[in-house]
Amino acid sequence: MIKTDILIIGAGPVGLFTVFEAGLLKMKCHLIDTLTKAGGQCSELYPKKPIYDIPAYPEILADELTNKLLEQSKQFEPGFTFGERAETLKKNSDGLFTVVTDKGTVHQAPVVVIAGGLGSFEPRKPTLSNLEKYEGNGVQYSIQDPEIYRGKKVVIAGGGDSALDWTIILADIASEVTLIHRSNEFRGALSSVEKVQSLKDKKRIKVITSSQVEKLEGESRLESISIKTSGEKSQKILVDYFIPLFGLLPKLGPISEWGLEIEKNAIKVNNSLDYQTNIKGVFAVGDVNTYPGKLKLILCGFHEATVMCQYAYRIINPEKKFLLKYTTVTGVSGFDGTTKSSPKTLVKKIL
Amino acid sequence: MEELTIKINVTDRQGEYHHINVPSDMSMNLMEVIRSYELVEEGMIGICGGMAMCASCHCYITSNHQLKSPSSEEEFMLLDANDVKENSRLSCQIPISIELNNLELIISPFQ
Repeated sequence: MIKTDILIIGAGPVGLFTVFEAGLLKMKCHLIDTLTKAGGQCSELYPKKPIYDIPAYPEILADELTNKLLEQSKQFEPGFTFGERAETLKKNSDGLFTVVTDKGTVHQAPVVVIAGGLGSFEPRKPTLSNLEKYEGNGVQYSIQDPEIYRGKKVVIAGGGDSALDWTIILADIASEVTLIHRSNEFRGALSSVEKVQSLKDKKRIKVITSSQVEKLEGESRLESISIKTSGEKSQKILVDYFIPLFGLLPKLGPISEWGLEIEKNAIKVNNSLDYQTNIKGVFAVGDVNTYPGKLKLILCGFHEATVMCQYAYRIINPEKKFLLKYTTVTGVSGFDGTTKSSPKTLVKKIL
Repeated sequence: MEELTIKINVTDRQGEYHHINVPSDMSMNLMEVIRSYELVEEGMIGICGGMAMCASCHCYITSNHQLKSPSSEEEFMLLDANDVKENSRLSCQIPISIELNNLELIISPFQ
């Protein structure tokens, strides 16, 4: 079981900044994120897009911002549970919250902060009538262990980096790999596009362009799919696995079942005080919350996180009085033993 | 001011028809207009903020207006999106201008 002071759901920019603000108040944080790395939307959706409204940064790339926030929070030694989705929230009789992920990892903390942004990133599913029947029975939206495809017939659909990368990897493992794309243009790294072209030329894989899958068939598990190429008749091919890789879409997901007050697909919080939700001890900051006058901006999320930490401190340290201190005055003492402070002024007499 | 206001006709996801007045001088895009009129529930459109990265603002243009061709980012996103037709566009990529007067569009199902 992972125990911490503040459990943060979402490792995007606001979640990461919460680690820093909590650290200044000597509270330790652990973050859970469905993605496999920190940064949230910034690293998943638009890593190379410049952001122009971060104070003091006239321009900063989204992934640079993530890296700087990670660097800033590093001294407070945050823990991470990556690639897992926070599934359930329960308040125990001792006042602690237990959050369990979809993979069964148990986390416990007196304060939970939801910094989930737009929600957890879920795969975009194609619109096929009997898709659900085959999910887990031949239809997969992500690849965890390539070995399960050894000697199997695999069809991958999509035109982005993941479709290209997995086509290349599975070409060496599966008995047959077919890549299907709605266009004949792919948007991946040039080297990946060239590699796929070369695999196709060597007849190691099949590439079917201007096409899409229109039907899935099979008794209890997927056995064949029908592919429609524009201007041609449908063709049926035998498959063991169909892997549509059409990108990720954020969804609020299980958080919406936690008994939190939801309005406009966001969590209602008390913005006049502490950004706390209707469940005492559970806060929501950043894009995931809503209140009158809410602005979904990273810089507003930073403010919310800072205010929220003051109130989290009171929950975690009910006996202690707290006084806001400036980092220019006190410096920063990390949990890793590092300290930062302003250099002492040199006083020297002039004779 | 009046000559800067255009009219746009939107069919929402419930099939309801809206005839709305839109200022053409406020640097808005079509997705922002749909959001500001609350024709789609908040959180169900413009999820990526208007960067052509999520297709939650996918719509069908049903009038004959000559729109600027989609950028490669928009084209690629429409390749990944569901229910794409010949007249599919991402409304976040269509800036409002006086030329769009009487534009007709249908908002596609949420994906």
